[in-house]
Amino acid sequence: MSKSAQIIGLSAAQLSEKLQSGDVSAVAVTQAHIDRIADVDSDIHAFLAQSSEQALETAAEVDRKRKAGEELHPLAGVPIALKDNIVTADLTTTCGSKMLEDWVPVYTATVAQRVQEIGMPILGKTNMDEFAMGSSTETSAFGPTRNPWNTDHHPGGSGGGSAAALASFSTPLALGSDTGGSIRQPGAVTGTVGVKPTYGTVSRYGVIAMASSLDQVGPAARTVLDAALLHEVIAGVDPHDNTSLNVPVPPVVAAAREGATGDLRGVRIGVIAELQGEGYQEGVRLRFAESLDALRQAGAEIVEVSCPNIENALIAYDILNAAEASSNLARFDGMRFGRRVEPTDGRNISVDTVMSASRGAGFGLEVKRRILLGIHALSGDNYDAMFRNAQRVRSVVTQEISAAFQSVDVLVSPTSPTGASVIGAADSVSDGLLHSDVATTAANLAGAPAMSVPVGLGDENLPVGLQIIAPQLADDRMYRVGAALETTLQERWGAPLLAQLPELGQLKVEVSL
Amino acid sequence: MSAITRDEVQRLAALAQIDLTDSEVSELTEQLSNAIESAAKVSEVAKNVGDVPQMSHPVAVTNNFRPDEVVPSLTTEQALAGAPAVEEERFAVPQILGEEP
Repeated sequence: MSKSAQIIGLSAAQLSEKLQSGDVSAVAVTQAHIDRIADVDSDIHAFLAQSSEQALETAAEVDRKRKAGEELHPLAGVPIALKDNIVTADLTTTCGSKMLEDWVPVYTATVAQRVQEIGMPILGKTNMDEFAMGSSTETSAFGPTRNPWNTDHHPGGSGGGSAAALASFSTPLALGSDTGGSIRQPGAVTGTVGVKPTYGTVSRYGVIAMASSLDQVGPAARTVLDAALLHEVIAGVDPHDNTSLNVPVPPVVAAAREGATGDLRGVRIGVIAELQGEGYQEGVRLRFAESLDALRQAGAEIVEVSCPNIENALIAYDILNAAEASSNLARFDGMRFGRRVEPTDGRNISVDTVMSASRGAGFGLEVKRRILLGIHALSGDNYDAMFRNAQRVRSVVTQEISAAFQSVDVLVSPTSPTGASVIGAADSVSDGLLHSDVATTAANLAGAPAMSVPVGLGDENLPVGLQIIAPQLADDRMYRVGAALETTLQERWGAPLLAQLPELGQLKVEVSL
Repeated sequence: MSAITRDEVQRLAALAQIDLTDSEVSELTEQLSNAIESAAKVSEVAKNVGDVPQMSHPVAVTNNFRPDEVVPSLTTEQALAGAPAVEEERFAVPQILGEEP
C-alpha cells in the first residue's frame, strides 16, 4: 500500500483504517497529497497557500506516537485543507481579498486548533469568493478556482477552493463556512458532500465574519461518513465563542453508519413543493426524481410539503446578509492590520482619508456592492421598509420550516437549480448568480442543519446535488438519510460518482467503494 | 428611472468610508439599482405574512456567562505584528483631527 494513486483515491474513513493498521504511514499519506497538489493545482487553483512542511512535521509526529503505542484519534494523520477565512497562526489568511493579502494571523481559530490537536496535517488554505461573497469563487482577488469536472467551469462558491480540492483528490477532507449555501452549493456542483451544521453548534472563533446571524462552519468531504467524522471533531461549545451552544453533539457518525446500511424504513421525507420544477435545469430535475426513487427504494416514505414563503427566503437573505456584512467589514480600516493605502489625489493624510483609500483599494467590487447595499438597507426609512421587513420574512420562513417538521423527519430539494456555469459567463457580481442560492438560504435563515449529497451528473456532464434539511440540533437525521441515499445510488452506479471524474494530472486515481 | 442615483451611491460610499473610482460609481449605480429593486419586493412579501415578529437570530442565547478568570492574551509584539505602522510599541495611525500637523 504505497502507490500514491491508491492513497489519494481513499476516503478519510478508509485512510483512517489503513493508518491505524499500519498499512500506510501518515507521512506517506501527506506526501501523496502534497504531490497531487503539485501535479494538478496549477490547473485547478484550489489553494491560496500551502503549509507542506508543517503538514509533514505533524504527520511524522503522528507516526512516531503511533509507533510508540499512544492512543490516537481515528483521524490522526488524515490531511485536511482549510477555507482561507479560517485564521491560522503563522500561515497567511486572506479571505480571498487584497485587503488581507499576506496577512499572517497571530492566533488560530478554534476549529483549526481542534483538527491540529488530534494530529490532522493541514495541507493549506483554500480559495474562496472575496470575504465569502459569491457563488462561484470568481470574486476571489487571487483568481478563480476551476471545477475538476470541467476546468472551463467554476466550482461553486464561496467555498469553491475546498470543494475543488476534494473533487481533484488533493485532500480527503476540508473545512468551509456556509452563510447562504457556501459549503453546500460548491459540494453540489463538484460532486462532493458539503454540510452546514445547526447554527451555533460549531465554534466561529477565528473565522472571519460575514453575516453573524447566518454564518456557520462545517465539514466538506467526498463521502457522508467522512463529513460526519470531521463534524464530530469540530462541533461542541467553545468558551471563546459566546454564540456557540452548550449542547451535546448529535451522534452523526453513528447515524451515517446506520444510513449506510441503506435502510430508511420508518423515515418520512418531505419534498419542498416550491423548490423544484420550473427554473431548474433538466439534468437537475432528472437526478432529483431518481434520488426520490432511490430513497423510496431504501424504504422511506416520500410526501410533498409546502413552504409557500421559502421562495422569498433569498430576498430576505440578500438584505440581512448585506446589512450584517456592512457592519462586520467595518473592522477592515487599515489601522491595526491589513492593507493601508494613502490617498494620492492631494487630500490631507488623515485617519478618514487613509481609511477610505485603504477600503477603496482593498475591497473588490462585489464586497463594495454588499457593504453599500447593507448601509442603504439600514439607513432612514429603508430600515423599516427593507431591514425590518426582511426580519419578518425570516420569521415566517422559519415558522414554515418548523411546521413542515411536524409531519416529516427531513426536507429535501435540489441543492442548486443548475450545475456550474462557465467561468466568466455568468453575471457574477449581480443578481444572476445569486439565483444559485435559491434553495440554500432558507436553512441559514432558520438556523437549521442542511447538507448536499452528490446524486449524479446533469447537463453537460456536470455534478448535481440533493439538499437535505433537518430540524435544529437533529443533524444526525440528515446524515442517516444522506448516507442511505449515497449507498443506494452507488449500488446503482457500481462506484462512487467521482470514479467518473475526467483524467486530471499524471496519476490515474484509484477510487474504491 | 433607476432606483438609486450616482450621487446617492457616492453618499453611501462616503458613509462606508470607501473611495470609489468613477467607473466603480457607474457600475455600482447599475448593480445597486437592480439589487434595491429586487429587495423592494420584501415589503410586498411582508405585507402578506401577517403579524409575525422580527427575527434577528436563529437561536436565542441570553446571559451567557463565563467564569471571570485571568487567561493569557496576546503579547504587545503579537498584537502589533500585523500593523501597517508601529511606533513606540503602539499602532501608528495618521492624524485623527483635521488640523495641519
